[in-house]
Amino acid sequence: MSGMTMSQKILAAHAGLEKVTAGQLIEANLDLVLGNDITSPVAINEMSKFTKDGVFDKDKIALVPDHFTPNKDIKSAENCKCVREFARRNEITNYFEVGQMGIEHALLPEQGLTVPGDLIIGADSHTCTYGALGAFSTGIGSTDMAAGMATGKGWFKVPGAIKFNIVGKPSKWVSGKDVILHIIGMIGVDGALYKSMEFVGEGIKNLTMDDRFTIANMAIEAGGKNGIFPVDDIAIEYLKEHAPGKKYTIYEADADAEYDEEYTIDLSTLKSTVAFPHLPENTHTFDDIADTKIDQVVIGSCTNGRIDDLRTAAEIINGRKVASGIRCIIIPATQKIYLQAMEEGLIKSFVEAGAIVSTPTCGPCLGGYMGVLASKERCVSTTNRNFVGRMGAIDSEIYLASPAVAAASAITGKISQPADIGL
Amino acid sequence: MKAAKGTVFKYGDNVDTDVIIPARYLNSTTGEELAKHCMEDIDKDFTKNVKAGDIIVAEKNFGCGSSREHAPLSIKCAGVSCVIAKSFARIFYRNSINIGLPIIECEEAADAIKNGDVVSVDFDSGIITDETTGEKFRGQAFPEFMQKIIDSEGLINYINSSEGK
Repeated sequence: MSGMTMSQKILAAHAGLEKVTAGQLIEANLDLVLGNDITSPVAINEMSKFTKDGVFDKDKIALVPDHFTPNKDIKSAENCKCVREFARRNEITNYFEVGQMGIEHALLPEQGLTVPGDLIIGADSHTCTYGALGAFSTGIGSTDMAAGMATGKGWFKVPGAIKFNIVGKPSKWVSGKDVILHIIGMIGVDGALYKSMEFVGEGIKNLTMDDRFTIANMAIEAGGKNGIFPVDDIAIEYLKEHAPGKKYTIYEADADAEYDEEYTIDLSTLKSTVAFPHLPENTHTFDDIADTKIDQVVIGSCTNGRIDDLRTAAEIINGRKVASGIRCIIIPATQKIYLQAMEEGLIKSFVEAGAIVSTPTCGPCLGGYMGVLASKERCVSTTNRNFVGRMGAIDSEIYLASPAVAAASAITGKISQPADIGL
Repeated sequence: MKAAKGTVFKYGDNVDTDVIIPARYLNSTTGEELAKHCMEDIDKDFTKNVKAGDIIVAEKNFGCGSSREHAPLSIKCAGVSCVIAKSFARIFYRNSINIGLPIIECEEAADAIKNGDVVSVDFDSGIITDETTGEKFRGQAFPEFMQKIIDSEGLINYINSSEGK
């Protein structure tokens, strides 16, 4: 009998089972249930249909109004009010009001709420981000969120896995975003459908925590159920800073764990990668990107709004000017990141260059507000989806890229890499 | 479980949740309101033409992208009785079962059925019949556990029932 993957071990432990195998249906205990201002109101409405009142554990629910906040219109304000009142009524410990909030998937690890070995569900597809810290975390919908909040349990079909053996060291401007875009380009937007994406190998030591969050974050863009990294010294350092004193369990894959597929990714061979409209799998490197004029740049989101991302962008933007006619929108993902960027002088560089810096919000990523595109406009964005109409008009175009490419593009006004401005 | 019969609206690969229900409408939470904009960015005439009981047929990875339950909800409330696809994105699959939107995976049916065909689905047997051409296909049956959720008409009822305790 073969061994278990990292993901399978976490699921087995939470289901009280010695062993699980791919395809098995299990019921498991949850460590955290997450929702935002779009998905929680639907879940809260579903909660009212339960015969039993209340939540399973007020400390194990996180409510983060981040999508259409600060409220973009009256309906959004009503939805946020619904979440706020639910949080108050149920004395939810981890409700984050505007002023404390950040983009959920940057905020929760920063708050120490996601630690290795946890089983986390969130009514947001990018919940898979926390796998960067060795948790099993996956996106679900509002009804699953309601059931999770009420019972503390969820049902899962145990996933098979794809193993990505990471080797080598990336060159200066290549980051986690390029790694995951490269992988999605290779396996396709359904290449990991229903499966875990397990990122292992000696090369992960060359990926910062922020790189890993970006990679795990976009597992869903390959159809993955979750993305997960082993917990190494870099992760342990992060946990010391952000989750001091919190207990956690590290799970490693068995040596004889079974994988449906295995790939080796040599970071040293990767180049800056851009996903063209309208799928994250339509990837190109600058070897085959023609002159493409743009109208807007967005640097932010749960994918790339962390401090590493802002530092990279500032390194390129500092002392330069955003090209005439280009709107460059920069969104630190949390208040803490915002403050850090301010203290490090990054925000000054952005504003002096002619970029704008916003309070944390998902806003433009899903065409909510703060940078919606008009017909035929093009945006280079560090976000995660370039579907038709995702950021605005149905004939607008989104090019997904790293913070380095987005920043260089803001300076030139066309899709560019740092080398194009002599960096 | 009941059967479905209706006219087919056919789509391709990777129909994502942003085109099923664009985020600009996500400040609404009611199915009726969401249904008015269902499929708007991929097929602007969908809501004009869809009738109660109609069926969506698509190719692979239907419902990819966001976890918004608003997507299957908008389809259900637009009157669609069943979605047939080669494969579904996993969150969409879960959400559909949880809210009671019948979905069925069948590669052969998705290849053969054409836009505008009249199709019937028998959920107990998993048999899909293209009434226009007479062809029959066998869709993938649900595991017993999911069938129980469907029979309870959604996850909440299942949990409320003694079955779920």
